[in-house]
Amino acid sequence: MNKKLLALTLSGALAASMLAGCGGSSNGGDTSTSTDTKADTTEASGAEGSVYYLNFKPEQDQQWQDLAKAYTEETGVPVTVVTAASGNYETTLMSEMGKSGAPTLFQVNGPVGLANWKDYCYDLAGSDIYGQLTSDNYALKEDDTVYGIAYVIESYGLIVNKTLLEKAGYTIDDIQSFADLKNVAEDITARSSELGFAAFTSAGMDGSSDWRFKTHLANLPIYFEYQTDGISSTDAIKGTYLDNYRDMWDLYINNSTCDPKELSAKTGDDSRNEFLAGDAVFFQNGSWEYANLTGDGGYTDDDLAMIPIYIGVGDEANQGLCTGTENYWCVNNQADEADIQATLDFMNWCVTSELGTKTMADEMGFVIPFKGAQESKNLFVKQDAEYTAEGKTPVSWNFTTMPSEEWKNGVGQALTAYAADQTDANWAGVVSAFVDGWATEYQMANGQ
Amino acid sequence: MEKAIKRWSPLFVLPTLLAFTIGFIIPFFEGLYLSFCQFTTVKNAKFTGFGNYKKIFSDLTFLSSFKFTVLFAVASIVLINVIAFALALLLTRKLKGTNIFRTIFFMPNLIGGIVLGYIWQILINCVLSIVGQPLLALNSSAGYWGLIILMCWQQIGYMMIIYIAGLQNVSDDLLEAAQIDGATPWQTLWKVKLPMVMPSITICVFLTLTNSFKLFDQNLALTGGDPNHMTEMLALNIYQTFYARAGAQWKGLGQAKAVLFCLLVIVISVLQLRATRKREVQQ
Repeated sequence: MNKKLLALTLSGALAASMLAGCGGSSNGGDTSTSTDTKADTTEASGAEGSVYYLNFKPEQDQQWQDLAKAYTEETGVPVTVVTAASGNYETTLMSEMGKSGAPTLFQVNGPVGLANWKDYCYDLAGSDIYGQLTSDNYALKEDDTVYGIAYVIESYGLIVNKTLLEKAGYTIDDIQSFADLKNVAEDITARSSELGFAAFTSAGMDGSSDWRFKTHLANLPIYFEYQTDGISSTDAIKGTYLDNYRDMWDLYINNSTCDPKELSAKTGDDSRNEFLAGDAVFFQNGSWEYANLTGDGGYTDDDLAMIPIYIGVGDEANQGLCTGTENYWCVNNQADEADIQATLDFMNWCVTSELGTKTMADEMGFVIPFKGAQESKNLFVKQDAEYTAEGKTPVSWNFTTMPSEEWKNGVGQALTAYAADQTDANWAGVVSAFVDGWATEYQMANGQ
Repeated sequence: MEKAIKRWSPLFVLPTLLAFTIGFIIPFFEGLYLSFCQFTTVKNAKFTGFGNYKKIFSDLTFLSSFKFTVLFAVASIVLINVIAFALALLLTRKLKGTNIFRTIFFMPNLIGGIVLGYIWQILINCVLSIVGQPLLALNSSAGYWGLIILMCWQQIGYMMIIYIAGLQNVSDDLLEAAQIDGATPWQTLWKVKLPMVMPSITICVFLTLTNSFKLFDQNLALTGGDPNHMTEMLALNIYQTFYARAGAQWKGLGQAKAVLFCLLVIVISVLQLRATRKREVQQ
């Protein structure tokens, strides 16, 4: 009897470890795609250096692979591009950096992300690519050390379905302030059964979508507070404009396609699909969504527009889109001298050569902050340029100064709780997560 | 013959030993060392002494996740084992279709934890939204019971198979003797069957105990620790400390938590093994 049991236990343990193996191996699977050049990389690294780029944006994986291949054909320098699975960049980077043959080119998302990788960043101060930047604002600098260089500038705001808006009897010119937006949205809600659509797509608080509100929307009260106080970062936020944040959030959740109680389970895809299906007029998102909205069966440029997110603060007549970046290129200073040089050359080639700039503008849809940049076909990007040309001030991206991921999660959690039950007590939870959470998290992140 | 085996045994042990050393012993000690360090990548660590361990106890999320894990473990161990044993009793009665039922009950065990977690998340959210309760992301008690239901659903079949094997090994002589002595079915269960399947109980309790303490995938997929870390179990807490936080100071802390966690699981399971082993009887 005991023998049988032993056998059972052993086979059980075996099965369990196999299952565990399945679970654990996902990490390896994440770093999914890489070009054929990978094999060459290790061999050739001694002589003239090679490049290993750990790409952050899965949407542009194929374009980077093609660009890398073209560069290798042109110069003979092997370039490997590996793309981390969505949401796994830090994890992948951490394990890749521990290996021999670590990435030579990687990215951080701003000052907070830099905290992790500062010791690994090559000082780009004297590099060619730094000289190509159109503005020093796009460099991640501390004192005179340049740790990172932004390679793409993005904008976000309220994406509007103009056709539906006209059906409701308005045009985008009718929306010039928070008060206007509120009027339009509430009017659409009042007539929604007759019109057949809602004002806003669901403000989903699932992990795939909550960053639109806990990070991007939260940027606005932070931006205006920084403006008022004349600062660019802080160790303790005051929450001066949180009432406006609340007004905006109320507007989003109470004039949307679904019951606010269900927001916690709504995903980013849900929201996009509602917009694509014509269920709602407004969709808060950024220029990166352009390809998804205009692809097969999607909208044309005539249907779409992006307007600033007005929250009722500051000079709304002159407010532009939220424009900035959280994508900074960093070069691994632990790599071989030759590899570092090869990487610097590659970066420079990407932003100066005809093919490089063209690919980045057309294929990837990026606006790059470099002198050699070509015009992008992305409608939202063009609109951002128009707004700026009209003299409107773009809202900068201050969420890169948010103290930690944990802070964002705290705010997101409180927003979800408030959406399900819109009481003052629950809003006090948001304020506390926003203000007190900032102080605690800042302390933890910087206090060592 | 004996001698030959003895002489050559190191050769046969070697492959497994090598694999075990590379795959377990070296990483384990490296991990132990790293728990005393500050680091971003493992090859570049700075020794800092016991600082990480001191920080664990001022980390409220760790303590609360410990509490949650214990509450979860107690409920799931009891439920899984009681239900699995009851099913095993039912399915050893030589009823029609026994084999089909055994297969069906075993099947959930073949699905991976992450997949199960997401499936149950949809199911539970659906039910919650019908009855008008806050969804999982806001509802820690639903998260707690959801995890228990999920684990029961997944593990009962597996434990049931072990219990069936145990029950089938209870010799008919003993059962017949009990019957002749006039024992009621209830008495037979408690006085004959249970003591005889004690080895199975030891194994099943051990498996459910360690599984509950180490639970990760299901926790990550079903609740992700929401709301506000309230349904975060130890393993997920360690993962979040290590990966969700930016800055070198967190990596060592996560590592220290992992070492402590490992010790904890070992101690608890050894205590459990001792306690149940004592009750096993020799046939």
